[in-house]
Amino acid sequence: MSTASLESPRLDFASSPINLELTAERKIELFRQMVRIRRFEQAALKYYNAGKMGGFLHLYIGQEAVAVGTISLRGSHDHVITAYRDHGHALAVGMNMNECMAEMYGKATGCSKGKGGSMHFFAPDKNYWGGHGIVGGQTPLGLGLAYGEKYLGRQGSCMCYLGDGAVNQGAFHESLNIAALFDIPVVYVIENNGYSMGTSQKRSSSYKGCLAQRAEGYDIAWDVIDGSDLYEVRAKTHIALERARKESKPTVLEISTYRYYGHSVADANAKKYRTPEEIENYKQNHDPITLFRRRLIAEGVLTEESADAINKEAADEAAASCKFAEESPAPTIADIMTDVYWETDNNTEASKLGRHFFND
Amino acid sequence: MSRILTYREALREGLDEELARDPNVVLMGEEVAQYNGAYKVTEGLWKKWGDKRIVDTPISEAGFIGMGIGASMLGVRPVMELMFWSFHSVAFDQLVNNAACVRYMSGGLCNCPIVMRGPANGGTNVGATHSHIPEGLFAAFPGLKVVAPATPADAKGLIKAAIRDNDPVYVMENTLLYGMTGEVPDPADGDHVVPLGVADLKREGTDISLIAHGRSVIHCLAAAETLQNEHGISCEVLDLRSIRPLDQEAILKTVRKTNRVVLVDESKGFGGVSAMVSHLIQEHAFDYLDAPIKRVTTLDAPAIYSPHIENEQLPNPRRIVEKVLSLG
Repeated sequence: MSTASLESPRLDFASSPINLELTAERKIELFRQMVRIRRFEQAALKYYNAGKMGGFLHLYIGQEAVAVGTISLRGSHDHVITAYRDHGHALAVGMNMNECMAEMYGKATGCSKGKGGSMHFFAPDKNYWGGHGIVGGQTPLGLGLAYGEKYLGRQGSCMCYLGDGAVNQGAFHESLNIAALFDIPVVYVIENNGYSMGTSQKRSSSYKGCLAQRAEGYDIAWDVIDGSDLYEVRAKTHIALERARKESKPTVLEISTYRYYGHSVADANAKKYRTPEEIENYKQNHDPITLFRRRLIAEGVLTEESADAINKEAADEAAASCKFAEESPAPTIADIMTDVYWETDNNTEASKLGRHFFND
Repeated sequence: MSRILTYREALREGLDEELARDPNVVLMGEEVAQYNGAYKVTEGLWKKWGDKRIVDTPISEAGFIGMGIGASMLGVRPVMELMFWSFHSVAFDQLVNNAACVRYMSGGLCNCPIVMRGPANGGTNVGATHSHIPEGLFAAFPGLKVVAPATPADAKGLIKAAIRDNDPVYVMENTLLYGMTGEVPDPADGDHVVPLGVADLKREGTDISLIAHGRSVIHCLAAAETLQNEHGISCEVLDLRSIRPLDQEAILKTVRKTNRVVLVDESKGFGGVSAMVSHLIQEHAFDYLDAPIKRVTTLDAPAIYSPHIENEQLPNPRRIVEKVLSLG
C-alpha cells in the first residue's frame, strides 16, 4: 500500500523495467500519440467554436500522458472504458482521427454513425467500450468487463477511467466493494484534474490524504501518480495491471493531472474558479507533452527538428480529419431507427414477431 | 405430455435448462445462490451449478446490474435477479442509460444480451416502495424489451426466449403467482420456448374483449367466468405476455371480433401499458368499436399498505365485472 503523495521527493521512473524496455521508436510513438491527441482537440475546438458541432466538447488537453501512458501497457485481453472526456483514450487505443472527428460533426462516417457524439466514442474491436455520459455510470460497466474476462477464463483486465468528481457517486463505491469481494481484475484510474466541473476537490470531496486512499476502506491496493510524467504513469500503472492479470485483484490509481480548458467548452466560468496564474503554472511547469519532449531530446531520441516535424504531421492529420468530417454525409432520417435492437438490425425470426417500434 | 408445475418451478426449470444449454449463462442477484433465492425461484441451482454460474451479490443494485451489463457486452449472458423490480430505482441509470442505449450510442457496435428478472406486483401489503409495477415504464425505453408472464407455461417459455434474445429483456414476474400451478409441457416433448411479441388468447368469447398481462390475466379469467355464469356475457381474454415487442395484430383481431374492450392493467392510469394499447386500438380499429375503451387500473395513489383494502386498489375480478357491466 502506497504512502506516497505528490509532495514526496521525485523519483526518476525512466529506469523502471517497463520503461527501460522501450525502444527509441516506441518512445517516439508515445510522444506522437500525445501530440496527436492535442492537435486533434485543438482542431475540434476551432470548429466547435465555428459552429460545426453540436452538444458539449469536453477537452482532454493537459491530461494526455494519462491516456497514452496507461493504454500503452495494454495486452490483448485488457479493456478500456471511460467517461465523457473520451477523445484521448479513443486515439490512444488506435481509433483514427477521421472517425472521431466525423462523430463530433454528427456525420454518418463517425465511429458511432453520428448517434453518440463527442461523449460516446466506441471501438469494441480495440477493446474500447466508450465513452459514457453519466458521471460514474461507467464504473460498474468496467467492473463487468473485467468480470467478463475472468468468467471467460482469460488473464485480462479492464482499466476504467473516472474523474475526481465521479468518486462521490454511489455506483463507484458499490463497484469498489464488489471488485474487492469478487477479486475482479479492474484498475480504476481516477484522473484527478482538480475540479468536478466548477467545484474544486476541496469543496467536493471529504478524504484522508488523497482520493485513492478511500480504497483502503475496501481493502483495495492504491497508488498516486504524477500525471505529467509519462514514465511514472507507465511504471506505476504496470504494477496495477500485473496485479489484475496475475492475481485477479483490483487497484485504484489516482493520477494528478490538469485540464487547460473548462469542464466543457460551454463552461462559462472556466476562468473564474481558477486563477490565470494556476493555469499558466501548469502550462509552464507540468505540461506532459513539453516535459516528455524535453526528456526525449535530452535522451537523444528526439531533436527539436524531429519533434517539430511530429507536431506538424499531427496538425496536418487533424486538419485533414476536419475536412473529411465536413465532406462526409449526415445520417438520414431512416438511420434514426437502426441500431436500437440487435434482433431487428439483423432481421432475425424473433424480430418479425410483435411490434418493436411505436411511431404513429 | 405435460406436468403440473408451479410458476416458480417452471421458471426454475427454464433457468436450469438454459444454464445447461449455454455455459455463458450466469445467474446473479441478492440471495440467489446459498439462500436459494428470496422467493425460492433459484432453489437448488447453486448446489447443482456452483459458485461460477450462480452468484450471490451484495445489496448493490447499481453495482451488480451494471456489472452484468458490462459482462454482457463481452458475450457473457447474465440473468440478473432483482429481489423486487421495485428496486429498479436505485439502478435506474444502469437499466435505462447503459442497457438500453449502449447499442444505439455505439452505432450498433455494442450489444447487450442480458436478462433482468424479478417480481413486479402489488397485493402483498408491503407498502408503496415494494409495490411498483414498472413494465410500462421500461417499455417506454427503445432498446429494451419487456415481458410479463401470467402462467407457469408462459413463465418458463418466456424466460428461455429472453435468455436467448440478443437484446436486453426485462422479465416481470409476480410474487402472488409464484405458487400458482399450471400445465407445463414435458421437456421430453421438445424445447418449450415462448417467443417474445406473441400474445395468447386465454379464453375465447364473443361479446367483449378483456386485454391484460401478468396477474391481471388471472383476474380477467375469473371475471369472465362470473360474467358468463351470472350475466350471460361472453368474454374473450387476451394475454399480451409480451409488452415490447407488442402483438398489435392480436389486439386488433379480438377488438374487431367483439367490438368492445376493457383493458386491465396493474399499472396506474397515467401512461402505462393500457394507455398505449388504448391508443393503438383507437388508431387502428376505431370503426370497429361499439363503445368507448374502458380500463381497470390500479387506483391512482402510491400503493397502500392496509391488508384490509389493498386488493381494492388493484384490479380484481369484482372491479372487472363492474366495469364490463357499466358498458351496458
